[in-house]
Amino acid sequence: MATITSTTARTLLRPTAQKGLLSWLTTVDHKRIGIMYFWTALFFLFIGGVEALIIRLQLARPNQTLVHPETFNQLFTMHGTTMIFLAVMPLIAAFINYLLPLMIGARDVAFPRLNAFSYWIFLLGGIFLNIPWFFGQAPNAAWTGYVPLTLNQYSPGLNADYWLAGLQLVGLGTLISGFNFIVTIFNMRAPGMTLLRMPVFAWTTLIMSFLVIMAFPSITIALFFIMFDRMFGTHFFNIAAGADITLWQHLFWVFGHPEVYILILPAMGIISEVVPTFSRKPLFGYSVMVFSTVAIGFLGFSVWSHHMFTIGMGAVANTAFALTTMTIAIPTGIKMFNWIGTLWGGSIRFKTPMLYALGFLSMFVIGGLSGVMHSAAPANMQQHDTYFVIAHFHYVLIGGALFGLLAGMHYWFPKVTGRLMNERLGVASFIFSLIGFNMTFFPHHFLGLMGMPRRIYTYDAAMGWNTLNMLSTVGAFVLAFGFTLVLVNLLVSIKKGKEAGPDPWDARTLEWITETPPPVYNFAVTPLVSSRDEFWARKYQGAPALAAEEPGPIILPAPSYFPLLMSIALTVAAFGLVYSNLLLTIGLAATLLCIIGWAFEGVGEVTIYPKGFEQQ
Amino acid sequence: MSTYPLPQQEPQGAQESVALQAPAHEAHHAALGVDSKKIGMWLFIASDCMFFGALIGTYLIYAGKSTVGPYPQDLFDIPLTTVSTFILLMSSLAMAMAVHGAQHGDMKKLKRWLGLTILMGLTFLGFQVYEYSHFIAAGLTLSRNLFGTTFYVLTGTHGVHVALGVLWLTLLFITALRGDTKRVNPVNVEIAGLYWHFVDIVWIVVFAVVYLMADVAA
Repeated sequence: MATITSTTARTLLRPTAQKGLLSWLTTVDHKRIGIMYFWTALFFLFIGGVEALIIRLQLARPNQTLVHPETFNQLFTMHGTTMIFLAVMPLIAAFINYLLPLMIGARDVAFPRLNAFSYWIFLLGGIFLNIPWFFGQAPNAAWTGYVPLTLNQYSPGLNADYWLAGLQLVGLGTLISGFNFIVTIFNMRAPGMTLLRMPVFAWTTLIMSFLVIMAFPSITIALFFIMFDRMFGTHFFNIAAGADITLWQHLFWVFGHPEVYILILPAMGIISEVVPTFSRKPLFGYSVMVFSTVAIGFLGFSVWSHHMFTIGMGAVANTAFALTTMTIAIPTGIKMFNWIGTLWGGSIRFKTPMLYALGFLSMFVIGGLSGVMHSAAPANMQQHDTYFVIAHFHYVLIGGALFGLLAGMHYWFPKVTGRLMNERLGVASFIFSLIGFNMTFFPHHFLGLMGMPRRIYTYDAAMGWNTLNMLSTVGAFVLAFGFTLVLVNLLVSIKKGKEAGPDPWDARTLEWITETPPPVYNFAVTPLVSSRDEFWARKYQGAPALAAEEPGPIILPAPSYFPLLMSIALTVAAFGLVYSNLLLTIGLAATLLCIIGWAFEGVGEVTIYPKGFEQQ
Repeated sequence: MSTYPLPQQEPQGAQESVALQAPAHEAHHAALGVDSKKIGMWLFIASDCMFFGALIGTYLIYAGKSTVGPYPQDLFDIPLTTVSTFILLMSSLAMAMAVHGAQHGDMKKLKRWLGLTILMGLTFLGFQVYEYSHFIAAGLTLSRNLFGTTFYVLTGTHGVHVALGVLWLTLLFITALRGDTKRVNPVNVEIAGLYWHFVDIVWIVVFAVVYLMADVAA
């Protein structure tokens, strides 16, 4: 039961739909937005995966001509861009959106309309980035977009224009999410949920969001520099005018390195939720875990130049960045030992979420160790721009981030849908993914050390790379089969999964206290939190189920048209950046109008009467 | 079912819970006791520091690297820019007075000082337009040399910040004129003030680095 109290908005009528398409387009409910993030991210994960498979087919044997070299450039550029910005980050956003408010005992995020805006601008930005595929001019200068490749001289077409404008759209959404999540964590916690009682997932979200708001400005400015060089003839990267092209590399990696912690920290948070639950022990070393996360956040900003050891920065700079890079292994190692300490002596249940979590622990160690190998600047000279690097970051991004997210997906699926995922299919998907993943990427270590460079379209049969490349390609298809099983499991279990009940895993944290699936208002009464593992404390220690308020009607933020409208306006402006100044002006003017309308519309109110409280 | 020892603690915040009992429960509360929008503005300021950090860093890296003139020393009129700087900094005082008015429910004071802040912001922008047209006439365009490129993009980004601030304050001013005290509340005015002070502080750095240190950097 809900009634929408109309506000005094003179800008646009407030949408009132609660069901159907319009309700999804105008929703500000963090759970619905999380679900939209989830499916959109899976869609882009599929696209990025198909691109990867084509790359692997082209490289399966020497001297293949499956795709044109130019298409190959577009494929690896869009594979990297898609997987980082359109698949893994939004998948992380899906988990944060759905779970963070539930975990800290809130009814929504701090800025619900901005949250919806973040999603829509990501969706439109993702489509925008992929549009140039249709006229064969997809971005082609690698996900790092190094100058001068992205300047007019070497990218006269639309490729770079779409890449630059598209990343600005997607980046804006992420930046705003960052602000939103931090304020939510600071200000929306239920009474008693002190910072050091928060689930580690909330902590990693907090640190990851700080990384976002401090790192994304750097790439935004750098992208604008290239854009201005292309559009207005500025000289930011014009060597003839005295510029230095390493400026791009510095600005890019000042963003780019924190970005890898943006991708991995939330996965570490998920692991910190899954491992204790399935070991039936509280997390070992909670506070150290939290402070290690903070330390990684700080150190993450001091290591960016290790991506540039080969450009001739000099011995002092190389040594300094090698040392800071090695230092970051310390808090990461502490985390690893804490997870092992949690497993130690626990009564472990090998359910699918736990299998993926254990996959994370073992694969992330491999990726982390090859990272430490990279940090040695002299060795890095040999590894730089080879398949060894590809092996390293796929071990941290698939074996790390993606396995972590898959653990979370299997763990929280019953919370979101009320049904369990099929356990047999889950185990099968894990086995195929793990074997396929290692078949694909373990050979890359050897290929890299044998000298196979990244981003090459093909290679000669006499190089001695044939067998390992074929093995890698076969592995890629095994991995793809494993991920297909995950998707099948998802689709089947939504309709036909076993009823999960309210607490299928004997869980610890606050999100399992409320109904399953959670009602629109999350908690009928805001819980009063007295322990770090609140749900366990209530179940096993007789901790009273205290509430922070009397039962009664609940006021939620009202839906709005403006998040969608404003992201459309900004997408029009992005097309303007590519095609015409007139379109740009229209887009920006429309954005300004949306901002004003947004401000005067206000948050709005929907009053909800939870079951049983109608009489009050 | 396994059991294990967990510390038994008195629930913190037991007292707060009483204060939270309202007839209907707002979805939004403030665990820190500070308005969410205000925390959001502080975070935006932190993030914006990185934006300006990248721009100022780029300006400094390229200072003295231009291969053709005009150079900073040929163009800068320090006394003139000092005047516009002074006006912008004084606008922070006016903004502080406006916030004070809002916090004490003195709408008349709020409107007077808000109006003055807007005028001073516009004056600063007027100076910037004059300066730009003067520099362009002297041959310094965006694509002339590295100095032109970095100077216009840095000061232009700051100018856009001032212009958006003026627009924001103007909307507040109009809303205040209409007597809408619900929207022109102390928190909203204070947040606009935070933004305005930040933009002024950035200008102190830009003025020092770009104008006053022109000889040093060259």
